[in-house]
Order: sequence, then C-alpha cells, then structure tokens
Amino acid sequence: MSILVNKDTKIIVQGFTGKEGTFHAQQCIDYGSKIVGGVTPNKGGQEHLGKPVFNTVAEAIESTGATVSMIFVPPVFVADAVMEAAEAGIKLAVIITEGAPVRDMQKAKAYAIKHGMMTIGPNCPGIITAEECKIGIMPGMIFKKGSIGLISKSGTLTYEGANQVCNEGFGISTAVGIGGDPIIGLSYKDLLPMFEADPETEAIVMIGEIGGDLEIQAAAYIKEHITKPVVAFIAGQTAPAGKRMGHAGAIISGGAGTAKEKMEALEAAGVRVVVSPAEIGKAVAEVLSK
Amino acid sequence: MNIHEYQAKQIFAKYGVATPRGIIANTPEQAARNAEELGGEIWVVKAQIHAGGRGLGGGVKLARSKDEVKQLANEILGMTLVTHQTGPEGKLVQKVYIEEGADIVDELYLGIVLDRAKEMPVIMASTEGGMEIEKVAEDSPEKIIKVAVDPAIGFQGFHGRELVFGLGITDKKEQAKFIKLASALYTLYLENDAEMIEINPLIKTATGDFLALDGKMSFDDSALGRHQDIEDMRDISEEDADEREASQYGLSYVSLDGEIGCMVNGAGLAMGTMDTINYMGGTPANFLDVGGSANAQTVAKGFEIILKNPKVKAIFVNIFGGIVRCDRIANGILEATKLTDVNVPVIVRLDGTNAIEAAEILKAANISNIIVASDLGDGAAKAVAAAKQA
Repeated sequence: MSILVNKDTKIIVQGFTGKEGTFHAQQCIDYGSKIVGGVTPNKGGQEHLGKPVFNTVAEAIESTGATVSMIFVPPVFVADAVMEAAEAGIKLAVIITEGAPVRDMQKAKAYAIKHGMMTIGPNCPGIITAEECKIGIMPGMIFKKGSIGLISKSGTLTYEGANQVCNEGFGISTAVGIGGDPIIGLSYKDLLPMFEADPETEAIVMIGEIGGDLEIQAAAYIKEHITKPVVAFIAGQTAPAGKRMGHAGAIISGGAGTAKEKMEALEAAGVRVVVSPAEIGKAVAEVLSK
Repeated sequence: MNIHEYQAKQIFAKYGVATPRGIIANTPEQAARNAEELGGEIWVVKAQIHAGGRGLGGGVKLARSKDEVKQLANEILGMTLVTHQTGPEGKLVQKVYIEEGADIVDELYLGIVLDRAKEMPVIMASTEGGMEIEKVAEDSPEKIIKVAVDPAIGFQGFHGRELVFGLGITDKKEQAKFIKLASALYTLYLENDAEMIEINPLIKTATGDFLALDGKMSFDDSALGRHQDIEDMRDISEEDADEREASQYGLSYVSLDGEIGCMVNGAGLAMGTMDTINYMGGTPANFLDVGGSANAQTVAKGFEIILKNPKVKAIFVNIFGGIVRCDRIANGILEATKLTDVNVPVIVRLDGTNAIEAAEILKAANISNIIVASDLGDGAAKAVAAAKQA
C-alpha cells in the first residue's frame, strides 16, 4: 500500500518534449514509473522517449488510459494545462513548474475541484511511492521503501527528511512535496487522512514553513482525527517578517504565519515538533519506539 | 513588486478611483511649480518611498504657501526616512509628491489581499482609517469587515452591501459611491495581478465623496510578464542592491544581521539551515538559495555576495543534491576561492547526487580553510564553532 500512486499508476507528461519534461520524464521511466505517453500540441503522432506523443490530454487518456498527469509546461501555460487535464478526466495532476501566477492557480484549482481532479503543487518536487513510482524531480535513490509518510512544502527538506528517516533504519511509504506557493493543491489536511488510512504507513513526517495557515489547519485536523505519530518541522523560525524567503508563499505578513504560532499549534495537537531539521530522523525513531 | 504612492494613484485614476490631484517632483523648485499648477491654498508634500508610516517618520508635511512647499520639499528630498517598515537604516527620499489639500470629514480603510485560507481575494474595510491596520486587527478585530469575493462570480451587489452595512454607511448616495469604489478596486486587483492594494486612509469629504488619500500596491512577481506597464514602474533604487544582483544570477538572497553566511539549495532547506545555526547558538548572516541550476559561476557569485557583508565570520555551504549535482558545487567552491578572496572558514556539507565525487574533489584540492561536514547538524555545529573562534 501507499497513497495516491503506485507501480500500476499510468502517467502522462504535459510539456513532454520540452527540455525539463524530457529530462525528468526519462528519470521517472528509469525509476520504474509507468509513463505511458505525453502531450505536446502539434507534435501528436510522434514518438518521444519511446512513448507516444498526443496533441491533447483527451486523446492521450483515450489511447493510454492514463489517470495522472505530470505537468512541466512554462509558468503562464500552467493554468491552461491543469484545466485541460481536469476537463479530460485526469484524476491527479502533479504540477512541477515554478512561477505560475497566483491568479491563474486560483482559477485552475477551483476548476480542478469542480471536475473532481486532485492537484499537487505547483512549484514542488512531486510525489514518490518508494521503489514503485516517482512522479517528479526528486532524486529517487534516497527513498528506501518503508513505513513513514512524508508531506513537505520544501523540495530539499523532503530529501533531507527522507534521507534521515532512511539512515535511522526506516523507510518511506509515500512522500509528497506540496509546494510553497500561496495557493497549492493537496495540502496537509488532505493528505493526513490518506496516510492515516494507509496500513503501510506507521508514522508521518510533516515539514512546513512560514506563511499562510495550512500548518495550523493541519494541527486542528491532527488533534481530532490522526492516531498515528506525527513529527513536524517548521522552517523559518529565524526569518524576518515581511521578507519573502525564496518560495512565493513563504512570507510572514501582518505578523501572521510565523513559525512560532505553527509550532505551538502542532505541539498542542500532540505532534512531536523539532526545532532543527537535523533532528527529524531521531524524532521519528523516538516516536516509533514508544 | 512594490510601487510608489504616486504610481498607485495613476493606476487608481484609470479605474475611476478618485484621489486628490497631485504632481511628482524631483527638486524643491519643481515642487513649488507643481503647487502653482495645482492651485489652492494648502498642499501636502509627501516623500515617495516604498514603505508605510511615512507621516510619523516626518516624510509627509502640510504647506500653506508655495514658499513653504519649496522649503519642505527641500527638507524632505535627500532625507533618510526611517519608519516602522524601513528598518533602522531607513530609506533615501528621491521624489516628493505635491498634492492638493483635502477636506476630510471621515477617515476609513479599504484594502484587498489574497485570503490564502479561502483561496480568493478578500476586501477589507474599516472605520479606523489612518491607523496601522495590523494594529486595528490586533486591538479591535471586530472593526475590520472582511468580504471574500470569488473571482468566478466577481464583485456582486451583496458583497457591496455587506461592506457598507458593516461600515455603518446609511446614506443611500454614499452607499452607492462606496460600492462603486470597492467594485472598481476589485477589478483593478484582478486585472493587474495585484498581490495587495491598500488605501489608508480613504477619506470622506463634506460632499459625501470618497477619495484615496494614500495608495499602496504590490504585484505578483510571477505575473509581471503580462503587465509591461507595471514592470515599467519598477524603481530599482528602492530594492536591496545585493538581493537584486543575486536574483540576476538566479540566486534568492535575503540579508540578515548575523555572522554565519549560508549557501544552500532550496528555500526550505535554506531556512532550515538558518534555524539550525540559531538552535546551535550561532546567528545566520543571510538566506541564500542557489536554486536548482547551480553551477560553478553561480556558487562563486554567491560567495562574492555573502563576503560583501563584513560581519561574516564563517560560511556554511549546505547542499542536498537532487537536480543539483554535488560535484558541480564542489567545483564551484574551488572556482570561488580562485575568483574571490575567501578569507573565512568555509564549512561544506554535500549530500545526495554525486556526493562521493564531490568529497574527492574537495579533498584533492586541499584548501586549508575548507572544513568538510558529514551532515546538517555537524555542519551547523562546525560553522558555529568556527565563527566563535574568529
């Protein structure tokens, strides 16, 4: 078991023949992910990386039966690509592209929800079910199969966290990089119940950062519904207010969205909160030995 | 991206949001000529910087004659204005906006921001105009009326009614004027990919009209590509020179006031590295994300920017290679030591893709001030120790 994706998940790539799309699609194929084709308008009928290219998502679904799309199109085309996927019947869109305008994502997400399509990202490393299916840009070799679910706004902290978990002798069931933009698709409170229901997952690592209130929403959800142990780290305890820290959404505005308030809310919900990301692995070992 | 008050008011004008008349000036002489052109007997001389709190800092003054306009413009131009938003170093005033005086009956607040929880823009209005809205939110949150407006349906009559009833506006003509204003502001917000709009204060005049006495706007950087007119309003002198230089090389940099320079890949890990340094008793000197396409040149540039800060006593390079290959970073560090005089200890932690090759490159180079660390905790501890010894 795992959440959302596994070895049988059929994936198409939107922006398949571009530089990024090509490089990462090949990496995913090498990992064992079932990439069944891709979409690049006006290149339909061609073959790329040994897979068929289609002009539209609808044609790709009809021909391949794909349920998931990995999106690499340029930032201003992201909303278009997401809405096309939603309308064509894709169930999950994983949006890797960085720099999509907020207003576009607002519109695209609302449309995806209307069509029952889940989204991950944008501006994220993607999702990986260890040793089965990688949909994204993360270095696959770090993720050894195991029982820890991981949800993170940050790409490199996902790798850092997964690496520590594996070094402690555990492994990863599924890791999801949800992205650090102001508007994102699946967030903690959507993914936590999936990990709670997944028999393979024994504990959850949750990595957040300053800005917004998704971590606060997660704390409220954990308090009421999550029985599995949760370890959390919130990045940006030392970040100055009013400054954007790399991610478009990582900003303390009007005094709200601080690491402190998020850490306190999570602690109050019974989460094991670590002050440094260097402690994630040890904390997982501790909560599981109890 | 932020813009100046006078620029925000130019955009207001396009959308029918009324403001007092005003003209921008770069010199005291021009300021006096502007007052002449505007006419009237009373003018306001307003410093143009990208920060709030200008009035309290002495950057907004009332003049009752053209000579006084000239004199006040002379005082304000070239001053370093310190407000609660500029930081202690303040900001140099290079332009003043000369505006006609307004007849104020009441001061309100009107703004629009993205409500990240609701995932739609929210209009905020308050009767407590002229005060810091954060302060109002803290002391009397009930005095802020918030109306989220779904772009799928746009600004509707009921949104407007919620605002005017919430503000206690009872006169029907005034209600209509306020609703029209709020609707125009919402259109402006969406059409320009604004991130934040704030009118504080929005004044009511004796005739029951609403005027934007101040204007503050910022825009979604990711959407500037489709708004050349707004990109053209960029004032480079308002931006941090180091941050700007860094961004030209694909680096995301924020200067802080500690002693340990940080060079990290990924925004989350970069913040996590700062937090770990702090946790171990040190102080981070900066946030620096080298991004996903880091190479020898960008790493060298990163060192150069970090070392411009004289407070830096040690540098911690913390890379978890995914797309970024560690061997490239290692070569970048060697390159940097050739290009720049790296005269402080450099603690290097390279993990992930090609970490073994990277370790060999660093070992072979045998540079005395490079200290290799095994993981994040070890690296932060070594960086803190090195900074303390320096």
